Amino acid sequence: MQTNFRLNGHQVKLHCDPTERLTYALRERLNLTGTKVGCNAGDCGACTVIIDGDACCACLVGVGQIDGSEITTVEGLFDESSISGLQQEFLENGAAQCGICIPGMLVSAAALIGKNKTPTRKEVEHAIGGVLCRCTGYSKIISSILNFTGKKTKTHKNSAVSSKVIGRSLQRIDGQDKVTGIDKFGADDFPADALLARVVRSPYNHADFNIGDLVLYKKENPGIVCVLTARDIPGENCFGVIPEFADQPILAETRTRYPGEGIAVVVGHKKTIGKLDLNEFPVKWNILEPVNTMEQAQADGASLLHQNRKNNILTQGYVKRGNIEKGFKNSKYIAQGSFTTPFIEHAYIEPEAGYAIRKNNRIEIHGCTQAPYMNRDSIARIMGLPATSVRVIPTSCGGGFGSKLDLSYHPYIALAAWTLDRPVGILYSRQESMQSTTKRHPSDIEIEIGCDPCGKISALKFEGNFNTGAYASWGPTVANRVPVHASGPYKIPNYMARSRAIHTTTPNSGAFRGFGVPQTAIALETTLSELASAAGIDELDFRLLNCLRNGDPTVTGQSFETGVGIKTCLEAIKPKWKKAIKSASSFNKNTINPVDRRGVGIASCWYGCGNTSMSNPSTIRVGLTKNSQIVLHQGATDIGQGSNTVITQILADAIGASVDCIELVGADTDITPDAGKTSASRQTFITGGAAALAGMELRRQILRYANAGEDAQLIKKGTSLYIKNRSNLNKVDLSHLPANQFGYVLMAEETYDPPTTPLDENGQGNPYAVYGYGVHLVELTVDIELGKICIDHITAAHDVGRAINPNLIEGQIEGGIAQGIGLALMEEYKPFQTENLHDYLIPTSGDIPKIDTIIIEEPDWVSPHGAKGLGEHVLIPTAPAILNAIRYATGATVRDLPATPDKVFRAIQKAKNTNE
Amino acid sequence: MYARPKNIEEALSTLASDNWKVLAGGTDLFPNLKEGGVNFNILDISALADLRGIKETQAEWIIGALTTWADLEKTPLPRSFNALLQAGKEVGSIQIQNRGTIAGNLCNASPAADGVPPLLILEAKLDLVSTHGTRTIPLSKFIKGNRKTSRRMDEIVKCIRVPKKKCFGNSAFSKLGAREYMVISIVMTAARLEICQQNRIRESAIAIGACSETAQRMPSVEAAIKGKSIEEALGTISSEHVASLDPLSDIRAPREYRFYAAQQLIKRTLINCQKIEDNYAN
Repeated sequence: MQTNFRLNGHQVKLHCDPTERLTYALRERLNLTGTKVGCNAGDCGACTVIIDGDACCACLVGVGQIDGSEITTVEGLFDESSISGLQQEFLENGAAQCGICIPGMLVSAAALIGKNKTPTRKEVEHAIGGVLCRCTGYSKIISSILNFTGKKTKTHKNSAVSSKVIGRSLQRIDGQDKVTGIDKFGADDFPADALLARVVRSPYNHADFNIGDLVLYKKENPGIVCVLTARDIPGENCFGVIPEFADQPILAETRTRYPGEGIAVVVGHKKTIGKLDLNEFPVKWNILEPVNTMEQAQADGASLLHQNRKNNILTQGYVKRGNIEKGFKNSKYIAQGSFTTPFIEHAYIEPEAGYAIRKNNRIEIHGCTQAPYMNRDSIARIMGLPATSVRVIPTSCGGGFGSKLDLSYHPYIALAAWTLDRPVGILYSRQESMQSTTKRHPSDIEIEIGCDPCGKISALKFEGNFNTGAYASWGPTVANRVPVHASGPYKIPNYMARSRAIHTTTPNSGAFRGFGVPQTAIALETTLSELASAAGIDELDFRLLNCLRNGDPTVTGQSFETGVGIKTCLEAIKPKWKKAIKSASSFNKNTINPVDRRGVGIASCWYGCGNTSMSNPSTIRVGLTKNSQIVLHQGATDIGQGSNTVITQILADAIGASVDCIELVGADTDITPDAGKTSASRQTFITGGAAALAGMELRRQILRYANAGEDAQLIKKGTSLYIKNRSNLNKVDLSHLPANQFGYVLMAEETYDPPTTPLDENGQGNPYAVYGYGVHLVELTVDIELGKICIDHITAAHDVGRAINPNLIEGQIEGGIAQGIGLALMEEYKPFQTENLHDYLIPTSGDIPKIDTIIIEEPDWVSPHGAKGLGEHVLIPTAPAILNAIRYATGATVRDLPATPDKVFRAIQKAKNTNE
Repeated sequence: MYARPKNIEEALSTLASDNWKVLAGGTDLFPNLKEGGVNFNILDISALADLRGIKETQAEWIIGALTTWADLEKTPLPRSFNALLQAGKEVGSIQIQNRGTIAGNLCNASPAADGVPPLLILEAKLDLVSTHGTRTIPLSKFIKGNRKTSRRMDEIVKCIRVPKKKCFGNSAFSKLGAREYMVISIVMTAARLEICQQNRIRESAIAIGACSETAQRMPSVEAAIKGKSIEEALGTISSEHVASLDPLSDIRAPREYRFYAAQQLIKRTLINCQKIEDNYAN
């Protein structure tokens, strides 16, 4: 059928199935990939387009329905010569992090402005309420739209003429493509002849299976080119992010252990394979007794998921210091609690996608990832190839938060493209992404804390069980991190913390922003506040009294002579805390409103940057070409957090040149050295450290070659390099230098690996070279009749060591807080029940309060540039601060998350009954 | 097969010819597509321009079947429609409100359909048309259960009729969910109040959604508050008045909480009706 419509000002004729989704037609037929597909259900708004003036989800519109209509996509919001003012505001304000939601945001904003030139903040929130963003916390998106419509809010224009760029809020170096819809994510750039792979998955928690007649199946479905099963894997059918614990099959062989586990890959032509009903795949299931809870898994006689793991325990973590019994004996006040948290889904807006292509005896994978090198090495083992035969080229990554560290789609397309010698792509559906990829560990935590009559903490005991799901993934990392962090940034002389990662036949728990520490902080920081109340001490003063200072030993016996920033964070928050308490208590006393109660809460965090007690180096290469171009080989994947920009800034200052002189290449396992994973809040700290070393080394080489003094400035004009020494400007003649194998006349390649030591049997040692610190202050209103929470304001103080890019730091903080709000109030993943974005709720633009950030710089010069990590710290204190504020407002303690209205209501009733 | 007729006669004769799924705004049909995509006949009625918009006759307000949630704001309507307007602003997101139709919301018959309580309190009726003619059914009879309606396969909803004699007073809508936008209700209530000069409730209509298989009118509450002032009414409402509900325990909330929240939400909706009254009075 033919459909005629106007698209971005041009008349278009389409001959296609009129029930085809408009998203598909735009992306596949018209090559307009700025319109993203996040859910195919109208739940995420990433596909928003304007139809006859109205914002609509293109995934909910059939092509036949737009006959005669006028459509605008993100590509129609600017012309090729310039980007629109709205997009400019997005760029300048740092509204885009990963950028996958940005086309939907821009289009929604444009539709609003088309009807209302001067919207209020509320109207802006409403207009983008249908577009989910998981990175930014919406703040900078909203302020960009308000700025554009004339309501100027705070901006980060850099007027300072300092030659240094560290400390300046540079725009994202990769930002332009993110605000024009040009940026290519995993699903956006398949070769035209790519086949499509789809994965047949288990619909059960636990089952054995037999695959039926595949020859017949192929015959009945002529679009299928091949079906691949475990048998077709040339190398090891086993992977895992931690080699000692690797246990996960790429495709199950006879048994599946969680719902969504893959058993076969069906490859074929895009059009037919996309429509194939995989429920008809020939397989016989024999359902086994599931082991769905940690209790079931540890019960006597429970069936073992992995024969060599007794009691279904994957691993345990343990830290002990002092004498815990004595500590409690000497305690005047004791507070304790039991806490549970559910599975949390990462809910990045980009479902996993990518394609693989075979080039002779090498295989290339293009797609979203957080860990290209780790992926490369795993795929090599799976394919039975040397690592040099695998190339991973990350596309832009539409959010990761930990789940895109593990392999997911990668081996399927690698296997298919290798076997067929044709490019093969894959696009996970939202349900498939939610079902089959890792989650945040559900936790079951018991904590007990005691303090002396003056409020000094004398003892802390912590037992945490973490549901690690069917396979290891990052379970060991969670088990190791938790007991180290369960003390929080406090001085605790008598301490015992134990953690267990327990297998169940539920989704794999893996890495999610904080590796178990957010769950731990919920138990710790709420119990600490209760202990402070019991001791009759102000909650903030109690933390100040107990917080670590320079030189104090941590619970692992490590002490830092510099850089312990928690005290500074608490002191920065203190005046705001006092003011908030005053205002809340006066509201609660004076209001005639019997329904609303104001609450104020705080919580702290600390978080070790980099891997726990393990070497985790990053390497940066930087070269100078004959034409005076400085080329930065930057392998730290930027999943939205900003490493492309931050690493370039660090390098520029280290070389003593401006950012414009630097050309950025990578990430790409063939052309960038290994900068490790984007995880553990390590990129700014570790890869940044490598960039600083490499920059200093290249500078030394240039100055030596030019015979110039230490304080010389490097200036690039056209293709020439000049050295400026006071008022003298001398050209550096590079033309006689020979180029090396990389094409550089001068080059530096430097590695930074933060110093750590292993932990002994009592968990004593130096697990991290540096910790970052933070404090959140939450002000909220509890509707005590319904148990509904409205968060009014959050102030966040974070010690970042040295702020490389304040605007990007704010973006991280705002986004982390949004995830913390979700964790506290609404998020709960339940297999089979919440495998979509309308039953699994993440915060919308209307759920985020005004956020003020206070950046603290408590330098720690363990690294060459003084910066600490931040990415995970930012979400840790939010949830406990919210729970503390609920308790302040109502006396209610919620210990089973999320604090949905019914749970808050019940807790309020319980508190009332206890008081009566 | 796919058909997008330009007039209703053609639509009806098509519909009579085979089994068709009716597509209007698409906000329910597309998200519910199963593995394998569209493998059924689609009758796309979105080109039936006559069915879009709101008309007023002497006795009725008539909402055409293709009227979207966003369209509601384009027509000045009496205050008794406030509940429907407020519900319209809380359906999904702007993207959904721009495409989704009010009639489609009724036909989808979700227990948590935002459109049902506000139309129950207006005692709305639906015109169902087929090649056999037109029948008019009250909304309360049209929705027969979770995702079940009395629409026959050969019928389409042509319009929603609201009798003007049920358009007296103010109405208000309240929805309780765990987040601000794009949220499925834990409980929702709609109330319409006629308040006499002595500030007493002369007549009321109250409906609750998401607390039983289909949204319900609450005659027990209506009877209990008749003749009372709002303040008295708030003190009157108790758990026995909501005993006719049969809420589920699900991922959004447990049954007991829904019983309780329903009472609170009724009270708030009554207060909101009063606020609207006061705003108009001032």
